[in-house]
Amino acid sequence: MSEATAKKPSRRKLLIYAPLAVAGVAGLGFWAMLRGLQDGSFDPRGVPSALIGRHPPQFTLPGLDSSGLPPLASNDLRSFDRPIIVNFWASWCVPCIIEHPQLMALQRQGVPILGVNYKDRPADAQTFLTRHGNPFLRLGIDVPGRVAIDWGVYGVPESYLLDREGVIRWRWAGPITPEVLSQDIAPLLRRWGA
Amino acid sequence: MIPELGHFALILAAMLSIAQSSLPMIGAHRADARLMGSAAPLALAGFLAVATAFGALMWSYASNDTTVANVVANSHSAKPMLFKLTGTWGNHEGSMILWVMVLAACSASVAAFGRRLPSALQARVLAVLGMISLGFLAFIILTSNPFERVWPPPADGQGLNPLLQDIGLAIHPPLLYTGYVGYAVTFAFAVAALIEGRVDAAWGRWVRPWSLAAWSFLTMGIAIGSWWAYYELGWGGYWFWDPVENASLLPWLAGTALLHSAIVVEKREALKIWTVLLALLAFALSLLGTFLVRSGVLNSVHSFASDPARGIFILCLLAIYIVGAFALFAWRAPSMAPAGVFSPMSREGAIVLNNLLLCSICAVVLVGTLYPLFLDLLTDQMISVGPPFFNAAVGPLALPLIMGMAVGPMMAWKRAALWPVLQRLWWAACLALLAFILTLAFAGWHVLSALGFAASFWLLGGAVADIADRSGLGRTRLANVFHRARGLPRSAWGAAIAHAGMGVTILGISGMGLATEKLVSVPPGGSTQFAGYEWRLEGIRDVTGPNFTARRATVTVLQDGRVLRVMEPSKRFFPLGRTTTTEAAIHTNLVRDLYLVLGEERDGEAVLRLHNNPLAPWIWLGAGIMALGGALSLSDRRIRIAAPARHRKEATA
Repeated sequence: MSEATAKKPSRRKLLIYAPLAVAGVAGLGFWAMLRGLQDGSFDPRGVPSALIGRHPPQFTLPGLDSSGLPPLASNDLRSFDRPIIVNFWASWCVPCIIEHPQLMALQRQGVPILGVNYKDRPADAQTFLTRHGNPFLRLGIDVPGRVAIDWGVYGVPESYLLDREGVIRWRWAGPITPEVLSQDIAPLLRRWGA
Repeated sequence: MIPELGHFALILAAMLSIAQSSLPMIGAHRADARLMGSAAPLALAGFLAVATAFGALMWSYASNDTTVANVVANSHSAKPMLFKLTGTWGNHEGSMILWVMVLAACSASVAAFGRRLPSALQARVLAVLGMISLGFLAFIILTSNPFERVWPPPADGQGLNPLLQDIGLAIHPPLLYTGYVGYAVTFAFAVAALIEGRVDAAWGRWVRPWSLAAWSFLTMGIAIGSWWAYYELGWGGYWFWDPVENASLLPWLAGTALLHSAIVVEKREALKIWTVLLALLAFALSLLGTFLVRSGVLNSVHSFASDPARGIFILCLLAIYIVGAFALFAWRAPSMAPAGVFSPMSREGAIVLNNLLLCSICAVVLVGTLYPLFLDLLTDQMISVGPPFFNAAVGPLALPLIMGMAVGPMMAWKRAALWPVLQRLWWAACLALLAFILTLAFAGWHVLSALGFAASFWLLGGAVADIADRSGLGRTRLANVFHRARGLPRSAWGAAIAHAGMGVTILGISGMGLATEKLVSVPPGGSTQFAGYEWRLEGIRDVTGPNFTARRATVTVLQDGRVLRVMEPSKRFFPLGRTTTTEAAIHTNLVRDLYLVLGEERDGEAVLRLHNNPLAPWIWLGAGIMALGGALSLSDRRIRIAAPARHRKEATA
């Protein structure tokens, strides 16, 4: 009996401190998250890919004959001594038009961009390139969408950044807006280009 | 000139809030009536200063002053005047000013209407409100100044997020902020009580109206946000368990618990420590919501302004307010002895159960919202906690809560018997059972919806039974019953109406559980059958709006060959922001919504998404009824004419 009454206040006292402890722990966690946001190690917005840190799966795609661009195969991805971008796109996709100027800007900076044209008609793809300009160094035509499935593509447009060893370092599902270009791609190119 | 005026007014408000947060506090400590008396005028002056700043910003928007960076980033001369004005708070800086203005308005009304408050309590409450105000004013002035100028001024602004150009979203933030900020007042009362080391019935009497008002506004704010998501996002859903939505639901859950436990403090002087904790918690969760949305740590479709540097500032403010308040709580709460004793089977017991269930739901939602963030932080693993988790975890907790909602109000205070209450509710139970069976019989095997309908009729029946019981139905003559019903306190009516409103919302949610949809590709002139109607696509044309171009489809809905309705869903393209929005066409007759979305066009055919949403409008109408119940309860005589309970007690003591 006396033990129970002696125990009760101390447990109650501990409970009284519980909100403070929870708030403190949560606060430390949020602080770490904000630090991570600033140095780039924490990014709640990036869609994770199982392929990050690995080589992309093997593939060989036919080219778009009318464009005069060479076709694309997985071995081509390692033939550069700088980071490259692999971009999945289609002429029927509206956000692809939105991101196109940014691809052109990257090409002018000399970043190799390898294109995979996804579930598209060759004539439409050619019209798109003629009308908006060609940012690609190589272009593969993926009519059945098989390569896109192997890469785990969510939908077009989607872009991957590979380092000079051909290892996937970053994935972006959605159009490359000017903000993505300046806030994500530019630092990544610096980081993996060194 | 006007923007500078606004800027100076903001700085003046910060200076006033320094005074407001220190002088009355010192005065209350030293029992110096003059220092305590400074609180009210300071609060009123602070409100005038913040309102001036807000007015100046609004004027800059109205006149499209392109020398103001904030206007340039968020407005455009081609925008309709209404959205220019509402654009004032459609961005980070402006919405923070609105936040502080609502807070200042609350301070001012505590100052103006709180003359009957014990002066030391009023001084302390206003001082705490002044501290909160100071922190957020410093945040605005130091990190998010809306009055920053640009030179040379650009020719025009850069538009506003077209998703925000909408009347629903224009009134959603002010309502939500009023709700959030209302909890700042109950927080201030709780902190003041902790400093004084005393919580009594008079304190409960003051906290209840504030928590009721905040709750009503928050209910409306959440409902309008959900309604906006329903008609604007074009997914046909109304609640996505999105982190930002959860962030507004958390204070609502804690606030609902506070609302009920404050009644116990007021009537019975029990649950004191718990009520104080809930008051702290409701505001802590409001601030947490602000932090999550503003700092960018969340991955959500809603958040619009995110910046880690601002996040650190808000986090520091949070640390000061929340950790400070909880530390004060840990230090002072043990000294507050509970007074009222009650048996587990009583109105108080029912409210304790309500509180436990609401807090459990709150904890589940909090964990579901924050778990992915912390997992990502600790293990670099990305997961998303989606609707299946929330539905599965919240449902089993909501069911007993709803069952108790009808029983609780009919129990007596202090000591009650369950059996007589259940006897008076037997017909509501029969109604619920009937709804359950009828749903399964006519709508097919939808157990969750059937349970929902049962819950809804249980609540509606419970609300009617409560009023009937209080009016003495069956115990006295019918004419007498009406007379007594009219004479019932408004708080009793308010509670019954709010509980019935919850029933109506659940009715809508259950109806939405039976929703059907169909995705078809039709050529112009073609038609399709859906939900018992024939849908004919007449054609698609280009339309030009004030600041967008659109593709608009004309679809005729026919019932047995007669034209029921012509619906015009469209897709808008805003060239300035390079964004597309879907404008769903909705036809409602309150029993069901026909909901039509225009998709991609390809090969001469258009993709149409057809939805049939039974009872959908009642989700939001129910929330409106809940808020109405809250407002009615607020107009109760007991609150309008505050009883000077404490004065008398102090005089005799």
